[in-house]
Amino acid sequence: MSLIMEHITKVVGGETHINDLSLNFAAGTFQVLLGRTLAGKTTLMRLIAGLDWPTSGRILANGVDVTGVSVRKRNVSMVYQQFINYPNLTVFENIASPLKLQKIDKSQIEGRVRATAVKLGIEPYLQRYPLELSGGQQQRTAMARALVKEADLILLDEPLVNLDYKLREELREEMREIFTLRKTLVIYSTSEPSEALALGGMTTVLHEGRVVQQGPTAQVYQKPTTALAASLFSEPPINLFSGQVAADEVTFDNQVHFPLNSDLKHLPTGHYLFGIRPHHLSLRPAHPHDLELGVTVDLAEISGSETFLHVKHRETDMVLHLEGVHQFEVDASLPIYLPTHKLFVFTPDGDLIHIPRSAAQG
Amino acid sequence: MAEIKLLGLAHSYLGSPKVDSDYAIRPLDHTWPQGGTYALLGPSGCGKSTLLSIISGLLTPSEGKVLFDGQEVNHVPPEKRNIAQVFQFPVIYDTMTVFDNLAFPLRNQRVSEEKIRIKVKEVAEVLELTSLLRKKAKGLTADEKQKVSLGRGLVRDDVSAILFDEPLTVIDPHLKGKLRRKLKQIHKQFNITMVYVTHDQLEASTFADKIAVMYAGQIVQFGTPRELFENPQHTFVGYFIGSPGMNFIDAVLEGDFLVLGKDRLPIKKELASRLRSLSPQRLQIGIRPEFVRVAKQHHEHALHGKVLGVEDRGTYKILTVELGTHRIKARLDEDQNVPENEVLLEFPEARLKLYADSLLVEV
Repeated sequence: MSLIMEHITKVVGGETHINDLSLNFAAGTFQVLLGRTLAGKTTLMRLIAGLDWPTSGRILANGVDVTGVSVRKRNVSMVYQQFINYPNLTVFENIASPLKLQKIDKSQIEGRVRATAVKLGIEPYLQRYPLELSGGQQQRTAMARALVKEADLILLDEPLVNLDYKLREELREEMREIFTLRKTLVIYSTSEPSEALALGGMTTVLHEGRVVQQGPTAQVYQKPTTALAASLFSEPPINLFSGQVAADEVTFDNQVHFPLNSDLKHLPTGHYLFGIRPHHLSLRPAHPHDLELGVTVDLAEISGSETFLHVKHRETDMVLHLEGVHQFEVDASLPIYLPTHKLFVFTPDGDLIHIPRSAAQG
Repeated sequence: MAEIKLLGLAHSYLGSPKVDSDYAIRPLDHTWPQGGTYALLGPSGCGKSTLLSIISGLLTPSEGKVLFDGQEVNHVPPEKRNIAQVFQFPVIYDTMTVFDNLAFPLRNQRVSEEKIRIKVKEVAEVLELTSLLRKKAKGLTADEKQKVSLGRGLVRDDVSAILFDEPLTVIDPHLKGKLRRKLKQIHKQFNITMVYVTHDQLEASTFADKIAVMYAGQIVQFGTPRELFENPQHTFVGYFIGSPGMNFIDAVLEGDFLVLGKDRLPIKKELASRLRSLSPQRLQIGIRPEFVRVAKQHHEHALHGKVLGVEDRGTYKILTVELGTHRIKARLDEDQNVPENEVLLEFPEARLKLYADSLLVEV
């Protein structure tokens, strides 16, 4: 199924949840909706499913206007954050339920349920009831139910958010494999940039009910068109600081000066917003253009194999994304290094002017 | 101030446990030295909540002893254990002001009002609650309420340890960092033993100097975040810590070689003889994705793999390679070339770990 949304607006109780949004999803693609809480992801999903109607605008499925068509008349599957299953039915009956509704032949149901259960690794539990299963297995059951009916459109609304990170990691990978083999249009919402990147496909970055940027996932990440897109599609968010260009020099935090390197020579005098990705900042100089900054440690957040070091440089908060485990005392002072040839440059309003060369090649 | 020691501690919710699976906690010895920050990390169902309840006194262990500074406390009720607890959800009196909430434990102990004022002021200052002291607790945000819960433990001079049970569950993501920083500052200032229970590796390793990883009713490793990453003592630690977790490959020992499918990897003589003496049922190689290297040309340590796919994670790439019957992951730099089809991998010796029946083999 292909899906076109034309100037969709959804107002609820005087609040605009979706604001003049237009999108075009090609048939058979995997579409990620990325945005923070209240960006409009769930609202948009409900509109697409037909669980809700837009205040204005049209939705076309395979070129046909389905704006007012109820969810029951659309061949849509949806998986929610909460693990929603029928508690009084076994896992087998849960997965079989949409097929029974479609009045599929009994002999076929058995095989399809089993094949789907195998794919999701829940075959051993088919005779159990959902509440006898772990959270991960319950969500697998809900997913199996969504997959089994071979819907034209599958909507997954932050399906992994209530699982612990190891399960999330495993299920994400399985889904990527399951969906690459499918010809169905899949729409998957998440608030985590890393999840969008792990899933691949196409990504639409949403913010306050509007589309910030859309394109192939890796490309949206590599080439943000605005500071907002760069910030939303990066966890931790890209470091942004305003600076001034005069003569051959950049100044920021009123104190730090550095010469415009060859990449940035074309910048005319004026005010800019500079961006540097957290993993490009480092504890050791790696390049002659690296700028040394004296910072104090706010907090080192360690995530098993990575460290997010939050620091303060005068008035500017920054975060470094370091590989491996590094411990730092709160309030310790240390130098960090900023590779000036890896800077993004935006106008003060946030429109992209310059992209660092390594990203431009990607 | 307290050292918490567990001696031969085990717990079963069943009357007469017989097999391992009858136990929520299988017999273990463990010591939390005085004054440290510790985490108890594990997946749901590993026994960490049971262990926390035993330390706080809500549950009496079915076997073994709990000692605080050498004194057995098995039958000492929670309120007499000089332990403060911060739970997932703030436990405070909504109708009282922040001041009265903080003063509550002291008033129970009949501390003089003057001393209470001094102590509450001091703790409120540290927790940045001073401006809220006159407010009713009901109107506070979740993070403020959690700070009040913590404050109620800090006002007491007799508190020797604070136990945290997933304390940031209800806190907005962007405020979590602030509270994590606050906890670290408080520890520095009060030098109090703190134990933090969580299923999240980020929570655990950000908070704690040392982490006890729990799996199937056992503490499988007690180490610094770095040790858990670089030197997992148990395959579960390798798997659970890090994203993606450690790669494991089954191997067979033949002379001084490990045989992995079609490849033979030479290992040190001492290691080979150590493995022979252990003669495990299952021998596995463990290597973290961060340490797997793509080799430029063939050499005796290189292994033959087939590229199955690559994921661009933005800051880095994850290469999935088929190696014999195993799938392994390698982390590549963002600007590193991605090999196609056939690939040669190498596992740097210092980073390659060997596991005999799930336990790290060291020589």
